[in-house]
Amino acid sequence: MREKILAVIEKNSRIDLKDLAVLLGESEVAVANEIAQMEKEHIICGYHTLIDWEKTGEEKVTALIEVKVTPQRDMGFDKIAERIYQYNEVEAVYLMSGSFDFTIILEGKTMRQVAQFVSEKLSPIDSVLSTSTHFILKKYKDHGTVMAKEDKDERMLISL
Amino acid sequence: MRNPLSETIVKIPPSGIRKFFDIVSEMDDAISLGVGEPDFDTPWHIREEGIYSLEKGRTFYTSNAGLKDLKVEICNYLKRRCNVLYDPDQEVMVTVGGSEAIDVALRAMLDPGDEVLIPQPSYVSYTPCTILAGGVPVIIELEEKDEFRLTPEKLLEKLTPKTKILIMPFPNNPTGAIMEKEDLEKIAEIVTEKDLFVISDEIYCELTYKGEHTTIASLPGMKERTVLINGFSKSYAMTGWRLGYAAAPKDILKQMLKIHQFAIMCAPTTSQYAAISALKNGDEDVQNMRESYNQRRRYLVNALREMGLDCFEPYGAFYVFPSIKKFGMTSDEFATRLLKEEKVAVVPGTAFGDSGEGFLRISYAYSLENLKIALERIRRFVERLEKEMK
Repeated sequence: MREKILAVIEKNSRIDLKDLAVLLGESEVAVANEIAQMEKEHIICGYHTLIDWEKTGEEKVTALIEVKVTPQRDMGFDKIAERIYQYNEVEAVYLMSGSFDFTIILEGKTMRQVAQFVSEKLSPIDSVLSTSTHFILKKYKDHGTVMAKEDKDERMLISL
Repeated sequence: MRNPLSETIVKIPPSGIRKFFDIVSEMDDAISLGVGEPDFDTPWHIREEGIYSLEKGRTFYTSNAGLKDLKVEICNYLKRRCNVLYDPDQEVMVTVGGSEAIDVALRAMLDPGDEVLIPQPSYVSYTPCTILAGGVPVIIELEEKDEFRLTPEKLLEKLTPKTKILIMPFPNNPTGAIMEKEDLEKIAEIVTEKDLFVISDEIYCELTYKGEHTTIASLPGMKERTVLINGFSKSYAMTGWRLGYAAAPKDILKQMLKIHQFAIMCAPTTSQYAAISALKNGDEDVQNMRESYNQRRRYLVNALREMGLDCFEPYGAFYVFPSIKKFGMTSDEFATRLLKEEKVAVVPGTAFGDSGEGFLRISYAYSLENLKIALERIRRFVERLEKEMK
């Protein structure tokens, strides 16, 4: 049941508990318990809203920063990641395979703000060897959702 | 001037709910639960394969029976999913949708006066195609008390010495009924004993929500008596590609192919290339769509029952077939009022045969949000009817 619950709420976290139970053919109590348990186990880590900020007129820039580091003695990748992810403006931190070590997704109001973060907060960290900052110009699809999609049903109203 | 028309075709009545259709087509602001096709787009890898085939300039006829690679994949699929073995060179042909396969099969097997048993409610083409092929349609009226399954009793009741073919339309449009293995075994026994043939229209076979679908052709002694019809429209959300197929014993298939060759030539080439990818790489897509339909099925059945409509549990296709008998109206009246008063379009059960009277076909090939809005309106309508009745 867990997987089925997760598959549904990953796409629609606002669904009514009652509706969810009906969709899955389970009792409301069972579904509620399962969700509570998964929240407790941090399988479910939060319920967020996917926003197309471009449409709001709010100025926002998102940057993707590739970071190379040298893990220090007694301080593996996890510790360095921790020093980075504590910053509020950091949206995401991933450890990568390949030619660099971390990908950081950073949100700022302006490019200048992002640049400041890189030069004043990120680069000075001892283990950080180098950074490479890429600005995101347009989001076409995010979290499995196509941003510009028009939901128009082009089928005939009735067909047998 | 002489009458230019054939008496046979003129005598075939147009769909019984023409008037209702006309009203629907004028209401562009209506919410519909009336379609008979998936709401999903064709999975991208399939569309991509079609596009690629066009880019490569594969714009020629294929051989009459279809691309060899596609026929091989169809046979692999039938073995994998339906547990029945066919020879891609002699026992399979690719058609323009399942519809063409139905027509061609009937024309290849019927002589004037041969009777064809057609269980109803069912898809609308079996009767006219039988008549056009010179056969005589004999309707078997299925009932809700049997969950709209075909029972041996019902079959025996309509059997005559002239009966040649039994149509098996399961999983069923419009009722959502399925035939499980035990049900099929009883039918197969009679078919063998009475020396009949079966045209099994299994276009909805991937949309089965109780156990695994069983094809009647997989039962002992049945492959040689069965024309198995399937296609890509429902399982892979490919209605507009117009692609289906028939699998049958080679003597039957050979004659079917003759008709197909003269009437159609071959199924669309682009669609055939796309379909190869569907069969090779589409199992997961099918599984995801099935899960999604199944969720909406539970939702719709539950909502209809909550508003007090009798609704047997449908385990196939993407339709629910609730009864509206308690309101003392015909299906057509109910559907017309629902459309006019609440702007929700559903299909009267009578569109699929007289035994559909007193029922509605409601499709769940819609998003949950869409279903919710429509169901709220239906609930309001039902409440109003109940008040009127008091």
